[in-house]
Amino acid sequence: MKQYWKSIEDLIPEEETGQEQKSSMVLSDGNDSSKNSRRDFLKYFGFSIASAAVFASCERPVKKAIPLLIQPEEIKPGTSNYYASAFYDGNEMVPILVKVRDGRPIKIEGNDLCELTGGSASARIQASLLNLYDESRPAQPMMDGKAISWEQVDTDMKKVLEEWDASKEFVILTPSIISPSTQNIIGEFKAKYPFVVHETFDAFSYSALREAFELNYGKAIIPSYRFDAAKLVVGFNADFLGSWLQPTAFARQYSKARKLTGGQREMMRHVQFESTMSLTGSNADERVPMAAADEAHYVAALYSAIAGKAGVTTPSVKATEAIQKIADELWSQKSKTLVVSGTNDVDIQSMICGINHLLGAEGTTIRLDSPISLFQGDDKAFDALLGRMEASKVGVAMFWDTNPLYHAPLEGRTKAALDKVDLKLAVNSQQTETAQLCQYSLPTPHFLESWDDAELVTGMYSLTQPSIRPIFKTRQAQENLMAWAGIDGKFYDYLKLYWKENIYNTTLSKGKQFETFWKTSLRDGVVLDENKKESALSYRASDLSSTTGKYKTARSGNDLELIMYQNVPIGDGTLANNPWLQELPDPVSRVCWDNYVAVSPAFAALRGWTQGDVIAVNGIDLPVLIQPGQARNTLAVAVGYGRKNAGRVATDLGKDIYPLVSLKNGHRQYALEKVEAVATGSTYELAATQSHHSMEGRELVRETTIAEYLKNPASGNETHAKVEKLHTSLYSEHEYKGHHWGMSIDLNSCIGCNACVVACSAENNVPVVGRNEVRRSHEMHWIRLDRYYAGDTDNPEVVRQPVMCQHCDNAPCENVCPVAATNHSTEGINQMAYNRCIGTRYCNNNCPYKVRRFNWYDYTGADTIPNNRVDPAGMTLDLKRMVLNPDVTVRAKGVIEKCSMCIQRIQDKKLTAKRDGRVLEDGEIKTACQQTCPAEAITFGDMNDPKSKISVLLKDARQYGLLEELHTLPSVVYLSKVRNKDKNKTLS
Amino acid sequence: MYVSPVREPLISGEKSYTKVTEDIYAPMTGKPGKAWYAGLTLALLALMFGMFSIFVTVWDGIGTWGLDRTIGWGWGITNFVWWVGIGHAGTFISAILLLFRQKWRTSINRSAEAMTIFAVMCAGLFPLIHMGRLPLGFFIFPYPNTRDVWVNFNSPLLWDVFAISTYLTVSVLFWYMGLIPDIGTIRDKLVPGIKKKIYGFLSFGWTGSARHWARHESMSLILAGLAAPLVLSVHTIVSFDFATSVIPGWHTTIFPPYFVSGAVFSGFAMVLTLMIITRKAINLEDYITKTHLESMNKIIIATGSIVGIAYITELFIAWYSGVVYEQYAFVNRAFGPYWWAYWIMMTCNVITPQLFWIKKIRRSFAATFVISIFVNIGMWFERFVIIVTSLHRDFLPSSWSMYTPTWVEVGIYVGTFGLFFTLFFLFIRFFPVIAIAEVKSVLKTSAEKFIKKGK
Repeated sequence: MKQYWKSIEDLIPEEETGQEQKSSMVLSDGNDSSKNSRRDFLKYFGFSIASAAVFASCERPVKKAIPLLIQPEEIKPGTSNYYASAFYDGNEMVPILVKVRDGRPIKIEGNDLCELTGGSASARIQASLLNLYDESRPAQPMMDGKAISWEQVDTDMKKVLEEWDASKEFVILTPSIISPSTQNIIGEFKAKYPFVVHETFDAFSYSALREAFELNYGKAIIPSYRFDAAKLVVGFNADFLGSWLQPTAFARQYSKARKLTGGQREMMRHVQFESTMSLTGSNADERVPMAAADEAHYVAALYSAIAGKAGVTTPSVKATEAIQKIADELWSQKSKTLVVSGTNDVDIQSMICGINHLLGAEGTTIRLDSPISLFQGDDKAFDALLGRMEASKVGVAMFWDTNPLYHAPLEGRTKAALDKVDLKLAVNSQQTETAQLCQYSLPTPHFLESWDDAELVTGMYSLTQPSIRPIFKTRQAQENLMAWAGIDGKFYDYLKLYWKENIYNTTLSKGKQFETFWKTSLRDGVVLDENKKESALSYRASDLSSTTGKYKTARSGNDLELIMYQNVPIGDGTLANNPWLQELPDPVSRVCWDNYVAVSPAFAALRGWTQGDVIAVNGIDLPVLIQPGQARNTLAVAVGYGRKNAGRVATDLGKDIYPLVSLKNGHRQYALEKVEAVATGSTYELAATQSHHSMEGRELVRETTIAEYLKNPASGNETHAKVEKLHTSLYSEHEYKGHHWGMSIDLNSCIGCNACVVACSAENNVPVVGRNEVRRSHEMHWIRLDRYYAGDTDNPEVVRQPVMCQHCDNAPCENVCPVAATNHSTEGINQMAYNRCIGTRYCNNNCPYKVRRFNWYDYTGADTIPNNRVDPAGMTLDLKRMVLNPDVTVRAKGVIEKCSMCIQRIQDKKLTAKRDGRVLEDGEIKTACQQTCPAEAITFGDMNDPKSKISVLLKDARQYGLLEELHTLPSVVYLSKVRNKDKNKTLS
Repeated sequence: MYVSPVREPLISGEKSYTKVTEDIYAPMTGKPGKAWYAGLTLALLALMFGMFSIFVTVWDGIGTWGLDRTIGWGWGITNFVWWVGIGHAGTFISAILLLFRQKWRTSINRSAEAMTIFAVMCAGLFPLIHMGRLPLGFFIFPYPNTRDVWVNFNSPLLWDVFAISTYLTVSVLFWYMGLIPDIGTIRDKLVPGIKKKIYGFLSFGWTGSARHWARHESMSLILAGLAAPLVLSVHTIVSFDFATSVIPGWHTTIFPPYFVSGAVFSGFAMVLTLMIITRKAINLEDYITKTHLESMNKIIIATGSIVGIAYITELFIAWYSGVVYEQYAFVNRAFGPYWWAYWIMMTCNVITPQLFWIKKIRRSFAATFVISIFVNIGMWFERFVIIVTSLHRDFLPSSWSMYTPTWVEVGIYVGTFGLFFTLFFLFIRFFPVIAIAEVKSVLKTSAEKFIKKGK
């Protein structure tokens, strides 16, 4: 056969060219490679592919568990490290500790070095951890829906900034910036580009409060409130335990002032005038329902009454009996009182300033020399900004963690104004509605991935440090500004330098070098510069006479009004895309996964509405919830729901009520007069975790009044002594030779904020089951806050009771389990061996407290059967699973689970003590619920240690066991509730 | 043979020994009728639906049922107790009545025993599929293992395992024991072939020799002696599932006798329901007569009245105890959201059986059929009332909730009917419905042909 040559190598033999055969495909056996036929090639090819396939299929998938080349000293696999940081969501700032395990933040705790909040953290702070692992966070910079690089962003933006049309503004819209270094960067950016304007926009507005202080004290501040210094607190629609200003700090102060343990014999009294039943109102000693439209009249009447006593002339306003009585009470307590209002109305806030001033509260309960930096937003400035946008004067708007389109749609005005802005940048860590209008999306990291600092109160600094590398391709907003302004370096360098130059001084560092000071500050998370104080402001009389004169008469007739409030779980809606928060029942209604319209029982009866009827409130369809204690003609709807672009969990969940918020006198109004509400004829099932609201005369929550308590500490708890007398058994009791763990819950301290519920979920990997499952009473929470109403439906008294596994010494669940999956530990803990459980649910039936939870479906992905997962909230996605606590088993379908008293924490501290060769100290072990509790209502400890706190509390006359008459001998005990109220002299 | 004129014959018509064999063997010969096929198809369809529902339960989880955090047991355990109750009649009839030498039992004991076995099989299904982790159900047996884990002998559920399995074993043995002579009879009537071989094998080489009969008789007596206490113990132990708990409405010492009488009550009702149809369908009217009906109805009045007294005693004790939870539980039963279930139970179980005091009614097949259905319904509701209304509102009102079954639970219940009737249809086709040998043993003393009335 004739040989055709393809190349010179083919023609000239190999020896001659001296070149090596190049073909990689064939194995040379010394013969001329050209002799290898196509058939050979196919054989080799086939063989290599087949063997490659065989080898590849033998290999297990690569798991990214690569050991560190150089092991950092403090990181040990399997042990957790805690890093100090700070939580700030545009509302509340709380210093925190982040528990990091193998590189993943898995729990947030309060930072106990912070004097304001101590080790406590609210439900939202606890839950904010889950937003870190939110798969719907914007993951990388985008332009018009296309992914671009950060370099491209910088190039584009620099071009925009260099070719600026001087007649326009570059607006940076931020929430209140409480970070001094960030303020500085914005300052530098503005200095470099004079057309840059920085505006502040708070998701929920408090601008009237600042304006009132400006009117009355000459400076637009929000002072520090000290509820712990008060003997009498009067609130007007101020949910200071749930949402107003700094609820975590206030809850701590509030319960501190009301505790009756440790020899305290005095208790702060709290009276609340409010339109809907808030968390705060439900804790009040006395509560007076009041139409929101009448609030100004009530406050005016109170001002007038106090002014009368103080000898200040003012128009007299006819006061109701309740106001008259409370004025007398306030006057008798003078400076040890605090009056607050949560309404965004300058007149009301001014009169409140006047009342507090006349009572002399400045310096005691109101600290004007330490104003807080939260809520700097000014609605009037925002209004003006919208005006400039409408006039096409804004070239670029940068929405830095702000979402005005959702939080202040202002009847479509915001949307129209934003449309007139040439270029819009969305700079957020979560998806927002506003971002949908923006050309650029420049995602920022979650706060747990960021550097930041904060100055909450003058001189009170805290640092935020990242506890994980950014999960997505995100960049801090500060670094955007630095890049565009040509400031070199990372924000970390800037922050450190800022601290060196501005915050560091030798007094503060006690003579230490800056590096040492920086490291200590980072470690502690908080730095208190006591020498830095604002000058005290003095009251300057504004014209309160004319203000008071405006509200001489009550305005509410039979008109229906609407108030829009922040509920405890969701707040303003910023963190709404969070399964833990959505599944958290509202502390008052015990409903989750939806908002609703709360209607008073009387009004519902009048209109013939029942729970679940859908009614249209000014065109917004909402299901009815009958709310005892609601003012008769008031409807109340929680904001924060009905998100249009929030991610998989929160989008289209509930109904958005923000469209009904309007600007009045320059401030956003969260109350609306004369609303229309008509039944639509349809019904909707709310996901409620409690459907029966009466204690049925059972002694579950025992209570008394302060006067009776002082006479007889066991008052209200007489049954306990009777039950104790009958304490006997045919059977021998358990013997606890070592520890005997117990828990005490002070019902007088507990405010029902639900922080413990989220803390428990995070600590113990409690599954999220979703709305449908909650409707079917399949919720999984290990701890719940039972809420009961007593008295008449128009204004009932409310009691709450946290209930978790009571760890009975005579546990009814233990003896009925056929396989002994639930059994008693030598330390008195009722423990669950999940692997042993076969799911007969007998224990659950036999538990009088109904605290056992069954895994009805495969909620966690731990089941071996495929395609049967029930996980509407996406909790089993790989990303969200990073939040799981490796110390706690993830339970499979068909298994019972329940509170373990955080057995993993007990074991951890026991082992630490053992390793250190010392005795375990009392208070060293803290359960998750106890640790986060702002009210410090929960005490955990060893009942066998006579000196432990729990042993002391067990001797308290208020102590009793829930259903103790059953002789289950629970290890969890309760301290009865005390009301600061005179039964014979009530306000209304 | 002389028999007192007040004693009615148990077998009517001109029945010789051959005629008895022929009559009882008749339904097993030839091609089955259309009705049999239709019935079996229906039963199989129901069984398949049940199997699908069980598949859904195991695959997706117990969440497919209507249970919740407060109500851990619902239809599943209601059906379990109901079926166990039904499974009481057979052994009661064959064992206890054998010991009491009641001749009338011979016509009904075979089918009643079969029903017992099928009912216990249906009942046994529920505790199994009721488990959250069925594949690990073997944990419930005290088997030696390397992990040194042991079962909890304090738990009534464990007692249940032993009680039910023992009962099923003894019932099957007893039933089969009685079948052996009859299988021998059938074997002898068959032409050689595969069928004959099978029956030959099943008859254990029965020849009818005196020695065989002697052994058969003494074995029957021993098994009767064993089974009699089991009749009482099974439902006693089932009642312990409730009685040993702390739940108001469950925690009651009256439960064991109350449950046992309830079980016999419901078992007899079910036997009557089925026997009234069967005797018509396969022409056994001469063997199951009004006399049988009356005897059984008398037991229904007795047990029904015991149940009625138990209901009233419960109410009295709840009031007398002074315990708020206990009192509430009973007020809630009668007037709470499930009041209708309570009143269905009361009407069907306490009022309707009292009609049997009237002789005409207790001797009427039609009336008995209707009342027996009422009793079946009433006894189902008794278990529903005890389980659901006690659980749904227990100690802490915060956890109170409501229960509605889902299609899956209904499907499983339907499926157990499918299982029961599939087995029953196969049984009437392949085994003699009436114990031929036993009927023959009373023929001389109780058949119309042999007794000389008033002569």
